[in-house]
Amino acid sequence: MSDMSYVRSEMLPERAPPASQIGFVGWIRANLFNGVGNSILTILSLIFLWYILSALLPWIFAPTWNSGSLNECREIFGADGGHGAACWGVIRERWVQLLFGFYPEAERWRPIVGFGLLFVALIPVLFNMISRRMNWVLLLVVLGLAGLYLGGALGIIAGLVLLGAAGFVGFKAFTTSKEDRAAEIASGAKRLPNPFIFSAIYPFIAPWLLWGGSIWLPVGAALGFVVGYFAYRFLAPIVGSLAGLIIAVLAALVWWLFLTGGFASIMQSIIPIGLEAVESRNFGGFMLSITIGVVAIACSLPIGVVLALGRQSDLLIVKALCVGFIEFIRGVPLITLLFVASTLLNIFLPPGTNFDIILRVLIMVTLFAAAYMAEVVRGGLAALPKGQYEAADALGLDYWKAQRLIIMPQALKISIPGIVSTFIGVFKDTVLVSIIGLLDPLGLSNAIRADQDWNGVVWELYGFIAFMFFVFCFSMSRYSMYLERRLRTDHS
Amino acid sequence: MSSITLETHADRSKMEVSDEVAIEIRGMNKWYGAFHVLRDIDLKVYQGERIVIAGPSGSGKSTLIRCINRLEEHQEGQIIVDGTELTSDLKNVDKVRSEVGMVFQHFNLFPHLTILENCTLAPIWVRKTPRKEAEEIAMHFLEKVKIPEQALKYPGMLSGGQQQRVAIARSLCMMPRIMLFDEPTSALDPEMIKEVLETMVELAEEGMTMLCVTHEMGFAKEVANRVIFMDAGQIVEQNEPEEFFNNPQNERTKLFLSQIL
Repeated sequence: MSDMSYVRSEMLPERAPPASQIGFVGWIRANLFNGVGNSILTILSLIFLWYILSALLPWIFAPTWNSGSLNECREIFGADGGHGAACWGVIRERWVQLLFGFYPEAERWRPIVGFGLLFVALIPVLFNMISRRMNWVLLLVVLGLAGLYLGGALGIIAGLVLLGAAGFVGFKAFTTSKEDRAAEIASGAKRLPNPFIFSAIYPFIAPWLLWGGSIWLPVGAALGFVVGYFAYRFLAPIVGSLAGLIIAVLAALVWWLFLTGGFASIMQSIIPIGLEAVESRNFGGFMLSITIGVVAIACSLPIGVVLALGRQSDLLIVKALCVGFIEFIRGVPLITLLFVASTLLNIFLPPGTNFDIILRVLIMVTLFAAAYMAEVVRGGLAALPKGQYEAADALGLDYWKAQRLIIMPQALKISIPGIVSTFIGVFKDTVLVSIIGLLDPLGLSNAIRADQDWNGVVWELYGFIAFMFFVFCFSMSRYSMYLERRLRTDHS
Repeated sequence: MSSITLETHADRSKMEVSDEVAIEIRGMNKWYGAFHVLRDIDLKVYQGERIVIAGPSGSGKSTLIRCINRLEEHQEGQIIVDGTELTSDLKNVDKVRSEVGMVFQHFNLFPHLTILENCTLAPIWVRKTPRKEAEEIAMHFLEKVKIPEQALKYPGMLSGGQQQRVAIARSLCMMPRIMLFDEPTSALDPEMIKEVLETMVELAEEGMTMLCVTHEMGFAKEVANRVIFMDAGQIVEQNEPEEFFNNPQNERTKLFLSQIL
């Protein structure tokens, strides 16, 4: 029995793993030829891939870029052309239309600048790695390029000045290190304003760029928030925070519904600044999809969060309203809601009301996305341990502070995959607006194929549209994975 | 039942009990649905007392201390904490909660915030302390629980014992007058139980009013000035630790002590 006794006299050192486990050969063995069955599967998959690519690549790399019609393509490839190779002439001829629809050519710089500014506005929201100064540099670059594009003496001078300023700030940002800059700020150097300011005013700039008209309308819309803010600031200490909030919202609504129009027309008659108005029926293509998608994505998340909280509320009526809304919207197909937006809504509104069709669609798509978002966020809330609520309560945080600081950051982090899936779904669902006659890329593709030059072109158009959608959706997917990595706090 | 012997004997010189009442509970009853969890609880806690609450599981001891900061609502009777009665008035509840610290069995640190942010969150948002000052206070208490070097890590990177000490520091940052401990060592390995208990002993030595639900009888003997034994939702016996352990009166207490000691 003395065999049972054992005392280790020294601890074993760490050793490197065997060579077959590491390096290129190790990787191939572990991932591709790990046993007979897997080796056969690997070879079959390679054959399958070869089969697909050998058919697809010649089709894609066809020298038809300059063809002017389907018949020209057929001439290049003989009688059965059009099946053996793609006819890319249609994309060369119509890509501008696929991007902008029938947006007037002279005004196309506006959606382009709007799109560029969208990224400038999004960067501080999406990333925290870019410095304050680089963000302002980006803004100056976009505006400067817009000036150059517009041309004319004024445009070129303004563009050069803006680009020069961008270069100056950018050069300084590159040549001073982070530590030096921190020291400068500590010793009282002036900081540039927070780029979130631009993100906050972008929602007022973008519609003005796209639809044009008087600049005083978006200014008036923005003033509504100022009105609400001051109403809250002055009334909350007197009547309590909840009553103050309700009055503030009402004050802002009154401003928007009854006073903004008057304000805008008075200001316009005093200081006329404006862009040429572009009507909604001229919107189309990816510009339309992106407009609807971005608005629906940006608005559905906050509305969804509020609905999810309402659904968990102890207040019976709030809860019933939220559950009713969510279940109704989720129980109805989006197309039905879009038909309501395009036709039925006119019956309910007073005669003569001109309620923009794109605005109606935006509201419907946003509400639709918000209902789904609410359920995704509720899933995140349900996944949080009860202890988190208790710890927040025990520290004396009230409901809203606990939600904002403790619960929502964690619940939203858990829900990132679901939230981004919903975003991607909403963005792709924007093609459904073609059914109510809006000219999104799919709607335009039908119009293009009705042209006798391109009658019979199918795969090239759909392939191009699919590719564009893929670029956007895949970027969102990769961003969500980046965000999940960035927010990981469990292991160093 | 694990029983950790503390190496150092607690210095009882500063553990003074004043005659100022910190918590008063009168005729308190609580039900979960139809189940009567707490029955006719009467308890007066004086400033500076260290009370250990023991008893079998399901006896209502956790529920009792969770009523004191209203994580649970009582249905009958009165609970008065530092002169403020707990009612459905949320202002009173928030006032009591900001003066009563609580440490949980599963730590309940906020995993998305660093250790330092965990400690500064409530002072900044509830007490409106300026950030810089809150950070100084937090570092002071993190040094006290002997983990200042972990301040910028996240809770998930720390051991259980370290997390529980952070949880204690987080509560202390609100400068509470009373600390509640809800089985603070039950989720820990023996090696880590000791470091947490030592932190708690130090806190007691500074005169903090403490109510601890715990199975660590060594801690009770060393630190407590009163041990309360609960069974079936009632206070069955309470006494000074020496009397309680050496000369229990109630049959249920005797049975419990014979099983755990």
